[in-house]
Amino acid sequence: MVLSPDALAKIDQAVTKYPPDQRQSAVMAALTIAQDEKGWLSTETMDFVAQYLGMPPIAVYEVASFYTMYDIKPVGKYKLAICTNLPCALQGANVAAEHLKNKLGIGFNETTADGLVTLREGECFGACGDAPVLLLNDKRMCCAMTPDKLDALLKDLT
Amino acid sequence: MGLPVPPFATDLFGPEAIIMKGLNGLNWRISDYEARGGYQALRKILAEKIPPEQIVNEVKKSALRGRGGAGFPTGLKWSFMPRQFPGRKYLVCNSDEGEPGTFKDRDLLRYNPHIVIEGMIIAGYAMGTPVGYNYIHGEIWDIYERFEEALEEARAAGYLGKNILGSDFGFELYAHHGYGAYICGEETALLESLEGKKGLPRFKPPFPASYGLYGKPTTINNTETFAAVPWIILNGGEEFLNLGRPNNGGTKIFSVSGDVARPGNYEVRLGTPFEKLLEMAGGMKDGRKLKACIPGGSSMPVLPAHIMMETDMDYDSIAKAGSMLGSGAVIIMDETRCMVRCLLRLSYFYFEESCGQCTPCREGTGWLYRMVDRIERGRGKPEDFDVLNSVSDNIAGRTICALGDAAALPVKSFIKHFRGEFEYHMEHKNCLVPDYV
Repeated sequence: MVLSPDALAKIDQAVTKYPPDQRQSAVMAALTIAQDEKGWLSTETMDFVAQYLGMPPIAVYEVASFYTMYDIKPVGKYKLAICTNLPCALQGANVAAEHLKNKLGIGFNETTADGLVTLREGECFGACGDAPVLLLNDKRMCCAMTPDKLDALLKDLT
Repeated sequence: MGLPVPPFATDLFGPEAIIMKGLNGLNWRISDYEARGGYQALRKILAEKIPPEQIVNEVKKSALRGRGGAGFPTGLKWSFMPRQFPGRKYLVCNSDEGEPGTFKDRDLLRYNPHIVIEGMIIAGYAMGTPVGYNYIHGEIWDIYERFEEALEEARAAGYLGKNILGSDFGFELYAHHGYGAYICGEETALLESLEGKKGLPRFKPPFPASYGLYGKPTTINNTETFAAVPWIILNGGEEFLNLGRPNNGGTKIFSVSGDVARPGNYEVRLGTPFEKLLEMAGGMKDGRKLKACIPGGSSMPVLPAHIMMETDMDYDSIAKAGSMLGSGAVIIMDETRCMVRCLLRLSYFYFEESCGQCTPCREGTGWLYRMVDRIERGRGKPEDFDVLNSVSDNIAGRTICALGDAAALPVKSFIKHFRGEFEYHMEHKNCLVPDYV
């Protein structure tokens, strides 16, 4: 099995939200669950999801490559995405982004040599009041990320 | 100024709030909502067997307009649903909030999820749609999880499912999450995404009311639009209308971001002067002067300070001033900001988020971005103005969805109001103001 029984149970749960003849609607949930377990979406993983939901593999690749939070190439253990869109930029995002690049010694879309951290430039997360905002591994929103708070966050990434 | 940490003052969102009233950051559960009078509108409808047509009429009377960006009259949209159409019909809530500057639905869903649920149940009753989906922006995962928890509470309390509160009316509601695509905020792209596909906007017509989710009649409203419905049912459409202005009923949540002392969401009556809203957000940060404001999210035209300070915050007033209320995202820029740099960031965003389906948008957004970038780097030429305007005009109105217009409008308005700053970049190879964003 490509995915664990636990992951499959979660996918089964997601499938119940949609009409019985519309299993494909659960593909976004299934890919998210698979990525949480595997770290990224390999062709093997996507093929498995396709077969599990009864979709052509190409239809799954299309979805995985269209939505930016799916990774179809390996990424670091921690993925940091910092929003630099205008409202965040006005509230210090560029300072935060520069700080991260300097501390990590990498640019956007790069991974540290030890494979620990991948840095991404994000587009509006819809949390501009808490700017600058950073997403840790897609699911944890970190708010008002000043250089001090970034340092504290980086220290915890081991 | 730090972030408000729950529990915060219950008037955080402003004294005129009706949707965000009494919230302290912790009281989001069903028992809290019921204690605030929640689910009373639904109970009233079911107990008095109010005819669905009457609910649609009440929403029409309220002059509630879509809170997601387009401002379409909600009651009218609801009346498009063919209630007699046999077979499945769907209700969809658009919580795919990704328009830069907009963050109201996030606060609404995390601090008051049940008001959205109740609004959707009532809408489902009014339009005869037995199933609803709430499509939530993928980046706010914790809010998606909270909404799922709120749905569980509502199911357990008998507000969702078959025979709601002992009536013969049934409604089921599910949460669906996105995973990083701005375009899915466009309603037909959202439907494609819900069907498990790439989020490519559909040709219209047919509109979702005749061909929506899975090809069935579907109504899509914004989160805040649904959240206004319970109040309208309890207090009457006319009362809601009277809170605002004619054709601009009710209150609106404005997301204020950028160079203000207290960025955040503020719910005020439509027609409130911009100056008062700015004051609620703590005024300008560090006592600096206002230079420019985008009053309705990044896709809307920017306005200079002197126009903004004389404008009231409602659909018609902002349109008269030369912009649009849009999603109610108010992005504030102070006197130290470089307008070329600000536009550059927005142009990059539309270039990055264009779905690539239509040539004018796919190619044009790249041209716009690269040209603004060239000007920003001091390599622009005076004839660039004409080319930028021409590219913008050749995108706007020539694409399947509004992302093309959204990319073009900022370019045209930044040049219109701040042409001098662009010229300065061309002549002096650097910036008019000392501080970059």
